[in-house]
Amino acid sequence: MTLVPGEIPINEVSSMREEGPPGLTLGDETAPGGGSVSSSGGLGRQFLRVFAESKLAVVGAVVIVLMILFCFVGPVFYHTNQTSAQSALLNSTQNSPPSATNPLGTDGSGFDILGRVMYGGQTSLEVGFAAAGIATGLGVVWGAVAGFFGGWVDALMMRIVDVLLSVPILFLLIVLAVIFQPSLGLLMLVIGFTAWLVPARLVRGETLTLRVREYVQAVRVMGGSGRRIVLRHIIPNTVGTIVVNATFQVADAILFLAALGFIGLGVPAPRTDWGSMLSNGVNYALDGYWWEIYPVAVAFVLVVVSINFVGDALRDALEIRLQRR
Amino acid sequence: MLGYFVRRVGQAVVVVIGVTLLIFLLSHVIPGGPARAAIGPRATPAQIQQFNRINGYDLPIWDQYYQYLRGLVLHFNLGYSYKYNQSVSSLIGERLPKTLVLVGISTVFALIVAVPLGIVQVVRRNKPVDYTLTGLSFIFYAMPPFLLGTLLILYFAIDTHLFSEEAPQGASIGSILSDPRGLVLPVLTLSAVTIASFSRYMRSSMMEAMTEDYIRTARAKGSGSRRVLFRHALRNALIPIITLLGLALPNIVSGAILTETVFNFPGMGLLTVTAAQDTDVPLLLGTTFVATLATVVGSLIADFLYAVVDPRVRYGSR
Repeated sequence: MTLVPGEIPINEVSSMREEGPPGLTLGDETAPGGGSVSSSGGLGRQFLRVFAESKLAVVGAVVIVLMILFCFVGPVFYHTNQTSAQSALLNSTQNSPPSATNPLGTDGSGFDILGRVMYGGQTSLEVGFAAAGIATGLGVVWGAVAGFFGGWVDALMMRIVDVLLSVPILFLLIVLAVIFQPSLGLLMLVIGFTAWLVPARLVRGETLTLRVREYVQAVRVMGGSGRRIVLRHIIPNTVGTIVVNATFQVADAILFLAALGFIGLGVPAPRTDWGSMLSNGVNYALDGYWWEIYPVAVAFVLVVVSINFVGDALRDALEIRLQRR
Repeated sequence: MLGYFVRRVGQAVVVVIGVTLLIFLLSHVIPGGPARAAIGPRATPAQIQQFNRINGYDLPIWDQYYQYLRGLVLHFNLGYSYKYNQSVSSLIGERLPKTLVLVGISTVFALIVAVPLGIVQVVRRNKPVDYTLTGLSFIFYAMPPFLLGTLLILYFAIDTHLFSEEAPQGASIGSILSDPRGLVLPVLTLSAVTIASFSRYMRSSMMEAMTEDYIRTARAKGSGSRRVLFRHALRNALIPIITLLGLALPNIVSGAILTETVFNFPGMGLLTVTAAQDTDVPLLLGTTFVATLATVVGSLIADFLYAVVDPRVRYGSR
């Protein structure tokens, strides 16, 4: 195999995320051995076992679930006004420190911060998951089609990926956000549209090796159409790679939404997201109103770290599955 | 070797041409077109028509693209900012060097810190130091630059007055460099994510190198563990870092946008944010193009360095 450096970057990127530092997940010492003990149950159970061995990942998964409950179910029990700026101004003091009525204080507009963290979290989580879904869907189909057809189709499709990938992502995101002045739905599309390139490359790489496998040849001999081969045989076999990448995509999308919110291009009022909240809180925090950034910051970092933990463990667990194959 | 360079430059040229096409198309999908972006939302149809005729926007689209490319290649014409009443290239020309200084210092700093951190983690693997550093890298990885920057300002500028709250505002690079106290926090902010990801990569890369046959050979020859670590493992683990550097560039440049905004650093990132807030689309597309060009050139240099350093590439792809 000749080493073409132009191709190296992506392998490196994938190996960076694919292999990762072994010590990150605490269960890694036992993992390789665990892979060879294949007598215990099916792949699914084995996968779960390896995943559960990583304590950090389990903690991460629990934190994510709790956070989703906190943001989406929390407001049912902890009812606060988060939409009417007018009534917030009239009915509560602004920038008041934590107290019995407002456990985490209020912000510069008089909104209760505990409720606001829930409310902003809804947007951040929705956009994070939706954008990751869009990016993954688009990237998977794009990569599989390019890899499967090869030739000039592949060349053209991958050059498009190269071009978009060379634009620093935040610049592209800002340009799209300014041009389309996004609503919440459009924001998901815009973030998804800047994030599909890496999965496209990963899936294309896998497809190149999958399409020469015997079972794909067999389907072709039996008269299976290209569409069938891609949808039924190639994409399902790249699922491991896709799932791992999609997990990291969620974390990245939350970070990018926050960056847009900070610049002032986040979700339009009356909605808010964690990035916009941080952005608003920053000026007050510099005046000593610490409660306007710390609760959001903790929620934000906690969720992103947890998602990364889960992604790492998924990668380790799926690698075991791949080793056995 | 030469063939490889030529092919790699060819690739980069194709990418840049694609980027010009992308930028050109983006300038045309603004609702209302460039005319509305320039003369405002209340322009009458007659005014728009006149503007289009003067500026050549009534020509066929491929003709417009040709004119755009010509202007770009011959005069580095990136358009005109109607908000600043100045050409985009002169606006960027003032700011770009400052951003390059910030990005350059931060990248070098990130390397200087991340490589030793990775080595420490390998030497003390699965010990408390290793876990602590891993945990920290996860946290910094999850922290957007604007949040980290704000926290740094809170602790080191407002509470303790160790460093300045705002980046140096000088017009020239010299005046910026002569104020290291003002540069500390922006550099820390911008390099944190890079340090986190590089040290993680360094750790796994070293771990992998430690399992190679040549390490066992070196051990069998009787080399001490320090010598094995630095002479054999480190040298091989460092090579991929060069590629990683090229890959990380787009992210570092993206991070510069946020860092410059937090510290009011008068570079291209801050220019981009003001352009976005003013919906100054020509300026926005200009900074995007220049940032992309810088990234493409940066990764080209990284790939060349890689080919020079790694003999496998040099001999493999003749």
